[in-house]
Formats: sequence, structure tokens, C-alpha cells
Amino acid sequence: MTDQAFHRQQAELLPQQPAPATTVGIVGWARTNLFSSWSNSVVTLIAIYILWLVISSFVQWAFIDADVSGTDRFACTSDGACWAWIDQRIQQFLYGFYPAGETWRINIAFVLLFPALAPWMFENVPGARYLRWFSIAYPVIATILLAGGLGLTVVTTDKFGGFMLNLTVGLAGIVLSLPFGIILALGRQSRLPVIRILSIVFIESVRGVPLITLLFVSNIILPIFLPPDVALDSVVRVIVMVTAFASAYMAEVIRGGLQAIPNGQYEAAQAMGLSYWKSMRLIILPQALKISIPGVVNTFIGLFKDTTLVIIIGLFDILGIANAMVSNPDWLGLSSETYVVVALFFFIVCFSMSRYSVHLERKLDTTKR
Amino acid sequence: MSIEETNPSADTGAPIIEIVGLNKWFGPFHVLRDINLSVAPRERIVICGPSGSGKSTLIRCINRLEDHQEGQITVDGTALTHDLKNIDAIRREVGMVFQSFNLFPHLTVLENCTLAPIWVRKTPKAEAEAFAMELLERVKIPEQADKYPGQLSGGQQQRVAIARSLCMRPNIMLFDEPTSALDPEMIKEVLDVMVDLAESGMTMLVVTHEMGFASQVADRVMFMDEGQIVEQNTPDEFFNNPQSDRSKLFLSQILSSH
Repeated sequence: MTDQAFHRQQAELLPQQPAPATTVGIVGWARTNLFSSWSNSVVTLIAIYILWLVISSFVQWAFIDADVSGTDRFACTSDGACWAWIDQRIQQFLYGFYPAGETWRINIAFVLLFPALAPWMFENVPGARYLRWFSIAYPVIATILLAGGLGLTVVTTDKFGGFMLNLTVGLAGIVLSLPFGIILALGRQSRLPVIRILSIVFIESVRGVPLITLLFVSNIILPIFLPPDVALDSVVRVIVMVTAFASAYMAEVIRGGLQAIPNGQYEAAQAMGLSYWKSMRLIILPQALKISIPGVVNTFIGLFKDTTLVIIIGLFDILGIANAMVSNPDWLGLSSETYVVVALFFFIVCFSMSRYSVHLERKLDTTKR
Repeated sequence: MSIEETNPSADTGAPIIEIVGLNKWFGPFHVLRDINLSVAPRERIVICGPSGSGKSTLIRCINRLEDHQEGQITVDGTALTHDLKNIDAIRREVGMVFQSFNLFPHLTVLENCTLAPIWVRKTPKAEAEAFAMELLERVKIPEQADKYPGQLSGGQQQRVAIARSLCMRPNIMLFDEPTSALDPEMIKEVLDVMVDLAESGMTMLVVTHEMGFASQVADRVMFMDEGQIVEQNTPDEFFNNPQSDRSKLFLSQILSSH
């Protein structure tokens, strides 16, 4: 740089200019990320080749070579997957042993779930104010639809099964574990020693034990302590135990969020005269929960997959029914196909939760808009 | 409702803040030592002193962000005790502005300003918003009302924080080093707002090292060191004729850095 250039004063500020064409768009992205150097290009090509091998052979197996109709194992003659059983078994996969004539009740409960969730999950839902009342009533409506009463035939919970059981236990656990987790997290930080110690004892003892153990306890040991005429329903017991288990994890996730809130936020809330509960509700928790979203959703996903453990106490969820089916002589040897379908059900639900959490994090990001 | 009407002790000569024999310890550390202070309504006091001298702790005791072990604090006729009712009553009357702004990042500027009036004073929302807009005009940022704090500059955030405190219609304003976290070019816009507030007759206790502000608006400058009030005087006397060696040393350090 010459002295002259150094001392030159700019007459006016330079105008904004577009970035070079080679650094924007798909071509620019691929250049900087996939083919930035000789070695990077080689790795990219190898990765594309491996992906091609895996995906093409799966597509060949699952779709091109597959058999889709037939009444038993021997109707499937090609090398590919045998999907013929789906037609006959999907009913059990979804509804378990629920009476065939009554499964419409499950379908209605499932459809009603969406208007019940919408006003809490999304902004600008039309009629959100009324829908919220519906959401609060939904657990009662769903319980009556599923278990019967008010003129509907009573279906005992030992008939519950299939994916419907996973959804029932999973949703109840998710909806209940969040508030309990919040209360436990606040309790653990309480200045009152009794509340703090009770919270710590609950969190540590529940978290320190495998869920399977808790389910055994609920099934075998609890009835010993309860009066003989009090019979807790097995599905209710599972929901209680799954909720307790997830709440303990939830409490620790939320405590992490609470600790990330600077002390100044508490002080500003106090200085303005907000009470403890108001400052928690209006200032601290909205921020702490926002920070905790990835961990909370992680716990939700874990909880949902843990619903498969109900098989331990003799309930047949979708995985239990799949296990039974794989050993059925009519459809022997179809374990790949069966478990692929089970995995697909779980993946759809868990991936939706994950995408929703990404959406929520973006929506709540107040730093750039 | 003007500020004067809500202030029962205005112009009666009775002190609005009365601190007698205040002692406070952090663990074994004796942070405030036998503080006696009487603040008249509409009085503007600047508190200065080296860091660790207890000046922030002193004003934080006044709205009970810190509790004290010995002595009495009376604010606007209400004694500060462990009684939560009294603490809440005092916090409603005393506004506070922090060094690090402490705006609520998940709420818009306007929501920051209306939250306490709506939830603590039970002001109707429309009224609270109208008053908040009035105060945002006064601190000269009404156009930022719908933005989030994270989108504002430090100076703008601190002006919002001042407006937020004023929304509670306080009789007393505490400032805890309000310009220390700001870039130099933003200090003036915040000081201008504070000067305007001082001229409107607000009782103010300001912890700051902005000596220009002190000589312009303060009725009294208090110098603290090691938890004690070493010297207090009018700004003119304090700056031109400091009495103690420690205040002389402090002033020479402060002025040489400016």
C-alpha cells in the first residue's frame, strides 16, 4: 500500500455489492462444502457411492422385488420384501386386541388429538380461545372414548395394545411429565429445605433406577402395599411410572435451563415487585424453557420409545405384537419386514417431535428478526 | 396521577429514605459499616468510591435485593423488615436501573415496560401501554417499542430500562452504575435522560463515576470507602476541596483516567 493510498480520504462510502456468484446458490454451496479441495472431492465421491449402494439395494428389496399380496408366507415368491401380511395384520398393529367393531372410537380420539394440540403448538390457530377449553377437556373425552362409559361399551385396558397403546402411554406421559418436571426443578432450587430435600430424593431415586425396575415395582410390589380391593389399572400404573421416570429427567433438563438465566433477571423481577410465582411464570420459566427445548424434546422422544417396555408387565404394544407375529408359523421369517414397519411408526412420531422443536426454537429466537 | 400526588412526604421536609446504624456482612466480610443516611424528597445523591467500597450494596439494601443484619431502613414511611408485605410495598415505590440493563430478552420493549404495571399494579393493559409509550417518548425511543431488547444498542437498552422503571410511577429511583457497561459514545444519551429525570424532581440515588453528571445535577456527593461513608458534600466542595486523603486519591485517579 502506498503512502498516497493510505492517506486517501474516501469521498463517499462504498455502496453495497452482491457477493461473487461462485459463493452463492447451490453451485457455490457445493463448491465451498463438497469440492473445496482435492481430498474433499474424493471423500464426497466415495460418500455418494456408499449412499447409492445402500439406498439402491434397499429400494430394490423394499419396492422393486417386493410382493404385496397373498394370504400367507408362501404367497411371497420373489427375493424382495414380503408385504402381504400388512393387509391382514395392520389392524393388530394399530389397535392391539381392541374389539374390531369399536376401533372407530380410537380413530375419533386420534383425530380429535390434533385440534386439542393445535392451539398450544401453533400461533394464529383460528378459535384458539375455545380450542384451549377443548384441549383441557380432551383427556376426559379420550378416556371415555377409549375405555367406554356414557353409553359406549366398556373396553378394559387389557384389550389395549398395538401402536394405540404406545400413543396413549406416550402422550399421557409427555403431557404430565412437563409440569411435574417444572415443579421438581423449582423444588430442587427452593429455599425451603423440606421442599428441596423431597425434590432431590425423588429425582435421584427415580433417576437412579432403570424404568424396567419401576414397572416391575408397580406391577408386583405396589399391590402388596395397597388394600386388596384397590386394583390399580395396569395401563394407569404404567402411565404413572413412565411419568414419574420422565419427570425426574425433565426436572434436571429444566434445572439446566434455570441455571442459565442470569441473576440479573431475578433481580430485575424482584426490584419491580413481582412475587416469586409471578416472576417464575412471566420472566424466568419462559426463558429457561426456551433454552431447555432440545433437552425437553430429547426426554419426550426417549419417553415415547420407552413405552415399548410395557411388554415387561404383559401388555402388548406395537413391538410386542410384532414379536408375536414374527414367531407366527403363517408368516415365519418375516422379521425384517415387521421390524421395518415398527421402526417406521416410531420414526414418524419421533422425527415430527424433533422437527417441531426446531420450528419452536426458531419462532422463539428474539435475537434476529 | 402525577408523581407529586403519590408522594405523601413530598415537600413536608421529612426524609423519604432514612437509614440508621446499617451494618451488613457477606459471610465474615464486613461490607457496610455503621451507615447513617437521610435522603430528603427530590434530593439527588451521587455515590462514588473505589470498587468493593460497598456503594452498590448500599443501594441494593434499600429495595431489599440484599438483606442487612443490623440497623433500620425506612423508605417513605415503611420500615424494611422481613415482612414480605413491606418489602413489596417498598419495591413498588422504588425503581432500579442496573449496570447490565437486565431487560427481559423474551419480551418486546413495550411488554418489558407494561409487565410490572399490569401484574403488580393491576393497571388495565391499554392504560399501561399508553403510559409506557409516553415514557418511551420521553427517553426518545418510541419507534423501538415492538422490537426485542437483543436488537437494540446498549444505550437504547439502558434507556428502555429507565422507562421500564418509571412505568411503575416510583417516588425514588436507584441507579447502580448505569453507564459502566456502555460504549463511550452511548453514555451521553443515557446521562441526558437521567439529567431530564433529575430536573423533573425525582428523588435519585446514583452510583456512578460520571463526575460531570454529579456536578451538573447532584445536590450531594457521597464518597464511600471500605463500607463507610467517608465524606459527603455539595459537588462543588467535594471536587474542589476534598477533605480526606482517600477521596483526594480517588479523585486524582478518576480525573486522570478521563
